[in-house]
Amino acid sequence: MGLQDSSQDLSTEMEVDAFRRIFPLRFFERHLSESLRPDGRQLGKARDTIVNLGLVSTADGSALAKIGSTTMLAAIRMEVMTPSTDSPDEGCIALEFHMPPICSPTVRPGRPADAAPVISKRLSDTILSSGMIDLKELCLVSGKAAWMGYLDIYCLDADGALFDAALLSAVAAFSNLQIPVVALNDNGRIVAITGGKDQDNASITEKEAVNKEKRKLTLKNIPFSLTCILHKTYILADPTTEEESIMDTLVTVVLDSSDQMVSFYKSGGTALAYSPAIKSCVELARKRAKEVKQILGEMDID
Amino acid sequence: MEIDREDGRTPNQLRPLACSRNILHRPHGSASWSQGDTKVLAAVYGPKAGTKKNENAEKACFEVIWKPKTGQIGKVEKEYEMIMKRTIQSICVLTVNPNTTTSVIIQVVHDDGSLLPCAINAACAALVDAGIPMKHLAVAICCCLADNGYLVLDPNKLEEKKMTAFAYLVFPNTTLSVLPEGSSVAEGEPVEHGIITSVTHGVMSVDDYFLCVENGRAATASLSAFFRKNFQQSQKDSSKAG
Repeated sequence: MGLQDSSQDLSTEMEVDAFRRIFPLRFFERHLSESLRPDGRQLGKARDTIVNLGLVSTADGSALAKIGSTTMLAAIRMEVMTPSTDSPDEGCIALEFHMPPICSPTVRPGRPADAAPVISKRLSDTILSSGMIDLKELCLVSGKAAWMGYLDIYCLDADGALFDAALLSAVAAFSNLQIPVVALNDNGRIVAITGGKDQDNASITEKEAVNKEKRKLTLKNIPFSLTCILHKTYILADPTTEEESIMDTLVTVVLDSSDQMVSFYKSGGTALAYSPAIKSCVELARKRAKEVKQILGEMDID
Repeated sequence: MEIDREDGRTPNQLRPLACSRNILHRPHGSASWSQGDTKVLAAVYGPKAGTKKNENAEKACFEVIWKPKTGQIGKVEKEYEMIMKRTIQSICVLTVNPNTTTSVIIQVVHDDGSLLPCAINAACAALVDAGIPMKHLAVAICCCLADNGYLVLDPNKLEEKKMTAFAYLVFPNTTLSVLPEGSSVAEGEPVEHGIITSVTHGVMSVDDYFLCVENGRAATASLSAFFRKNFQQSQKDSSKAG
């Protein structure tokens, strides 16, 4: 094709940055043939991952997760609500994923990004179906009061693999969550006990804290995810935005701590996924799950 | 040990399929697809000039509008729209009509389980009716896993609710060709074994997922045969009329 011939002629004379912009696919393929990516990573290696907890003091639980440059801030607020009649012993989690204009030049104010509601739905499906949180733990008084957790995830920097970073920040925020202490007041309603003023102290000691022991949620079956790009015979783990825009076939594998598959998500794309590719993606996801488990373990998250 | 399905089907049996094309007059292509009681109507308008912002102007662009039977459009519909848009983009030839937008509108008539696969099949039939150039068809199927480990294809709504996990799988259609076997092979497997799209709900083991994929592949043969027969039938009818 004409383009290939011209690039071969120009490639000896062109600067690297110009070549990267004008012939992005050829630039990447030159690296892939050496089993490397432009940032020096191996094909199956994810970027450096950092998790910080408890950054938002006004929230009941919060976490910041960074995978390379992709940054996600998750915060949870708990509110008491009446549970529905079909599940009187269960609380509820409402998850919302936001992509404010700060995260990417393609997101403009007023127009929500196309990816935001999709990632939001995928995250809530994954977290609820993995069974990480037992909704019965959120119950206060059966049939009358239960906790509603509002989890908001803000994307601060969108540099590829948004789902992975968002899931990691959500898991970390849940582990950081301290459920507020509440008591049943005289009217039979649940009120929160705050670090009160002196005149309130007398009334607080009269009330009994309803949930003094239960302040933290037990997290079982934590889901870990890895997004990969399929391009011809190569599989690239943890893509950046540049890689995602050039090679459009993305596969996300979510595994939980007992090695069960929570989700295998492939949404179209030029390349088709054959069995060997699926197996390799699952293997890479397993390795990544071990890495992330270690990182969370260092921060005392079970 | 067999699993008993309420409507008496075997685990690998699909519900009765029905497809009619060219049912609406204003759209350039339209089709209605039903699998049992699940019925979806698809309409295609296009190609129209110009692409949307943030889309590549050197390629054709697709937009999908999903209209549920009742209620407002929420995140579920947005997710379906994105999955369908990416699936359609991967099966259509994007370089033939660059800088154009083709709209695919999906109207849910009745949801009795396996809704997204039904919609994808309807969209394919509507795209063929509109004459949009495609590389191959996208054949979609739903496989679900019961708690005793049995796999069931094409569940209805009640079965979907009872199952521990289900997967929507989309494959290219099986080819019927005069070329010798081995000519359409990629990575040692026939081209129609590759997965275009896969969306799973619920937890399953990795082996169970591979089993779903196998069963899904086997089912695409019968779906592809149905597509072929349906298109050839209408061709014969139109040639008789013309």
